[in-house]
Amino acid sequence: MQHAFEAGTMIAVIAGVTGYFVVLRRSAFTAHAFSEMGFAGAAGAVLLAGGLLGENAPIVGLLLGSTTGGLAIAALARRATNRDTQVGIVLAFTLGLGLLFIRLYPAYATEAYSILFGQILGVSINQVLLTLVASVVILSTVAVVYRPLLFASLDEDVAEAKGMPILFLGTVFMLLVAVSVSFAVQVTGVLLIFSLMVTPAATAQYLARRPQRAIIISVAISLLATWVGLFVAFYTIYPVSFFITAIVFALYLLVRLLHQRTTWGRASSVKVGGEGVDKRNG
Amino acid sequence: MSLTVHGLRPAGVESDFITAENLTAGYRDKIVWRDANFTFGRGELVAVIGPNAAGKTTLFRIMLGLQQPIGGTIKIFGAPPRRGNPKIGYVPQRHVIDSETNIEALELVRLALSGRQWGFNPFSHNDRDAALAALEAVDAMDVAHRPLGVLSGGELQRIFLAEALVSNPEILLLDEPLSNLDMRRETDLLHLVDDVVRSRGITALLIAHNINPLLPHLDKVVYVASGKVATGKPSEVLTSESLTALYGIQVEVLRDPHGNVAIIGLEEHHGDV
Repeated sequence: MQHAFEAGTMIAVIAGVTGYFVVLRRSAFTAHAFSEMGFAGAAGAVLLAGGLLGENAPIVGLLLGSTTGGLAIAALARRATNRDTQVGIVLAFTLGLGLLFIRLYPAYATEAYSILFGQILGVSINQVLLTLVASVVILSTVAVVYRPLLFASLDEDVAEAKGMPILFLGTVFMLLVAVSVSFAVQVTGVLLIFSLMVTPAATAQYLARRPQRAIIISVAISLLATWVGLFVAFYTIYPVSFFITAIVFALYLLVRLLHQRTTWGRASSVKVGGEGVDKRNG
Repeated sequence: MSLTVHGLRPAGVESDFITAENLTAGYRDKIVWRDANFTFGRGELVAVIGPNAAGKTTLFRIMLGLQQPIGGTIKIFGAPPRRGNPKIGYVPQRHVIDSETNIEALELVRLALSGRQWGFNPFSHNDRDAALAALEAVDAMDVAHRPLGVLSGGELQRIFLAEALVSNPEILLLDEPLSNLDMRRETDLLHLVDDVVRSRGITALLIAHNINPLLPHLDKVVYVASGKVATGKPSEVLTSESLTALYGIQVEVLRDPHGNVAIIGLEEHHGDV
């Protein structure tokens, strides 16, 4: 349980941070695709190198699968807007591959279940240390590329004209997401990856208009959900991932509802400048 | 043959911000337009007009160093264009900002200044002050803290203008800033661009669909159509004689009593707003 708590905390932080960029760049589909490419990688690693890698086989496979997928997508589609189709094409193939691997593995049902739905309660000290290393790498990388990545995500055309390395930043982003997803899969599983990579950041977007604040809120939400999820799951027979998804979803609904009410409130009371007029004329 | 009307200054002197000689644009297997000659000096406001897909944005891409010309020369401040020239401010043509982008306008303008810097520097306020000054200059202080996703077309164009101005450029390239604006906001934005350009001595090129609202503000016009480029003062370029001579086919330029022009013979849809 202690290991699960330690790994879960670090994963919540990196997922909250990279998740903000996923939401900003409208790359939720890509993030999901990475987790499923990771699934193929994990299944392949368990099948082909399970004896060699032991308990680390799934995470090694996840990292390999998702980063390979990330590089392939970054190379195939230069601009974010073109990526959906390419992601879908690569995704369909790797998912099929994952299915094949998992069927070939003797104990496939348990292995598949833990990759698909998470296995955080079973993490070892080695996996905690590996997560620590990954977290340090991810957070340092984000700190270095923070401003260029933010600007390129907001306004790619102007960033390109300013001579910023769009392709490089896009690739760095893909790798950040790929690695974050690979670790987050340990908590939520492949299928529930959105609950840490997308929902907290999407919720945070409603609560803050400045990126730094939104990132802090996003991290806070994923931390809260992970801690409460682990705590409740420890005392009940129900899975951690369910509680995490339920908590982030409830928070998202609540915040959206409040946001909508305040926006409506503001809209009906706007009298300042030409704002109200502008709205009506579109 | 190309038609060129230079300003009062001779070409090639130091005050020329942008000069082009026999500039030809296109791709390996296709020429978009050829033999453009022009000179733009400090503080000139230039409209770039012509039918869709005639190569107006191509001209901007060449100036920005995003695309190489396939013939002739172009110089910006005496040197070939290069990507990332901080003396050029650029507002690309865009359709909409995603209504879910809940980031305040000030952050975009601020990033336009510091977005090239690596590293995380949460405590710098220089870029914030510069961004506020740019928003002030375009009269957009009232929307500085509003999310980009809820701004109207006119408000967004002001923000984009501030985003381009924040790094103190000497050349401004505006790609269709007037599209999606109603007539009143079109006039407001043109006055604003005119003020900013004149007060700062910026040379501004503005791509537009309809030249008429721009005529009172313009120093020069670049007319791009059918693979050719005509440049000069609007009164000299936009005449039946000069366009007929340039294109070798009968072109009619009609003027109404208010000075509005319509060009007939080169394009099917000129004047649609």
